[in-house]
Amino acid sequence: MQTYDLSTGSLRELNATLHAQNETTNQTAWEIMNPRGAHAIACGLDSPIEVTVRGSTGYYSAGMNQQATVNIKGSAGPGVAENMMSGKVVIDGDASQYAGATGHGGLLVIKGNASSRCGISMKGINIVVHGSIGHMSAFMAQSGNLVVCGDAGEALGDSCYEARLFVRGTVKSLGADCEEKEMRPEHLEILRTLLAEGECNARPEEFKRYGSARTLYNFNIDNAY
Amino acid sequence: MCGIVGLFLKDKSMEAQLGAMLTDMLITMTDRGPDSAGIAIYSQDTVNIGKMTVQSDTPDVDFDKLTDDLKKRIKGDVDIRVQSTHAVLELRADQVVVAREALKEIRPNIRIMSTGDSLEIYKEVGLPKDVASRFDIAKMSGSHGIGHTRMATESAVTTMGAHPFNTGSDQCLVHNGSLSNHNSLRRKLRRDGVHIETENDTEVGAAYLTWKMQNGSTLGEALESSLEDLDGFFTFVVGTKDGFGVVRDPIACKPAVMAETDQYVAFGSEYRALVNLPGIQNARVWEPEPATVYFWKH
Repeated sequence: MQTYDLSTGSLRELNATLHAQNETTNQTAWEIMNPRGAHAIACGLDSPIEVTVRGSTGYYSAGMNQQATVNIKGSAGPGVAENMMSGKVVIDGDASQYAGATGHGGLLVIKGNASSRCGISMKGINIVVHGSIGHMSAFMAQSGNLVVCGDAGEALGDSCYEARLFVRGTVKSLGADCEEKEMRPEHLEILRTLLAEGECNARPEEFKRYGSARTLYNFNIDNAY
Repeated sequence: MCGIVGLFLKDKSMEAQLGAMLTDMLITMTDRGPDSAGIAIYSQDTVNIGKMTVQSDTPDVDFDKLTDDLKKRIKGDVDIRVQSTHAVLELRADQVVVAREALKEIRPNIRIMSTGDSLEIYKEVGLPKDVASRFDIAKMSGSHGIGHTRMATESAVTTMGAHPFNTGSDQCLVHNGSLSNHNSLRRKLRRDGVHIETENDTEVGAAYLTWKMQNGSTLGEALESSLEDLDGFFTFVVGTKDGFGVVRDPIACKPAVMAETDQYVAFGSEYRALVNLPGIQNARVWEPEPATVYFWKH
């Protein structure tokens, strides 16, 4: 285990050190002490390493992640795991706005709540939230799965494309062109896998599925102002 | 972008450290707002004594013999405490209005930062660390306070454009965001006789709250109606004589983090601002909900 203390070392040096790890590195486990809400911690990683952050992070932690596993043993600020390509990010606490935004792949697990715009414009990422999510989540979501064990805020899935949205609790309101969908066996299977990967005990049968009504796919003059 | 910090103490034994804690929080928020900084601090309430915090770009000239000149005009006692470009005048509470009018004539270059029984507002252009040290904020004590670091978007970088804004006796407002209907609202408020000095959007927000309260709203009601009448992005933190409140617009894209322990309630634009507070590891930390008014009172 390699340990890096941000109270004595610089953030830039930490990220440069993590970026220098390649696929054959034997330094596969990293522990980051005293994050103290700093921005961009463990951002832009691209090697199969496991990084554990002991505390809460600020903006854009674990952004653009590829291959790496990042565990945040606290809460995360805005834009955590933004544009993740692959790998896994697990947050023990809450996540602030636009968690997992624009993500193309990988798994983001939030064990607390996520605030507004969770999974906005997601493009293939899977997101599992143990708690609830805020308003405008999955806005323009294109593909991937968003699993919410608690409740969803206003305007869920507004203008979404083909992402699957699973919510166990209540949905305050659905956004434009988002509707409840039939839960078929293949969806229950996807949910079962994601819940297991996301370390969540909820049962797939308790969820409802939401997705695009596909009425915005083609130009409709009645939608113009 | 701007930075906001706020601290409301429940534990009286911490009051002597209020200024030091707020200074640390304010400086941490420098990269959210390096243009100017300000702080509103609520200190010991004085019986029947009113406080006016005033500012001058030429303090040597304007503060010289100010108490003598003002005493003659209001026919009452005036004490003065000069802190760099600011001075706190203490006088009989019922003479504050007369003194404000008198100052316009005897010292036309003086600007009023705040009036109230316990509120003092200090703000200037410059880096937060320089503003804080110029006023020696770290040595100030009090029951609660609010600080702001400004990155200007809507109007010029000037002392009067810095936050906090005094919205009424012992009331203040700081803002992160930008209001988009401030021009039309300013015209409306001016037609109703509300004095608005600058082209700054936040000053309009502050004047709006003052106007609402002058027309019978409580602060809570004024904040509720701001959600209807103000268009744009805002996270507001407001201070009153015995409390402080937080409200965010319904879109809530301007960040906000709160922490509460048995000893205090704290606000920061980012968690970074809160990390040096005592007991933060075990505090309840959360993000205030959009379009929801939060308020704490002594």
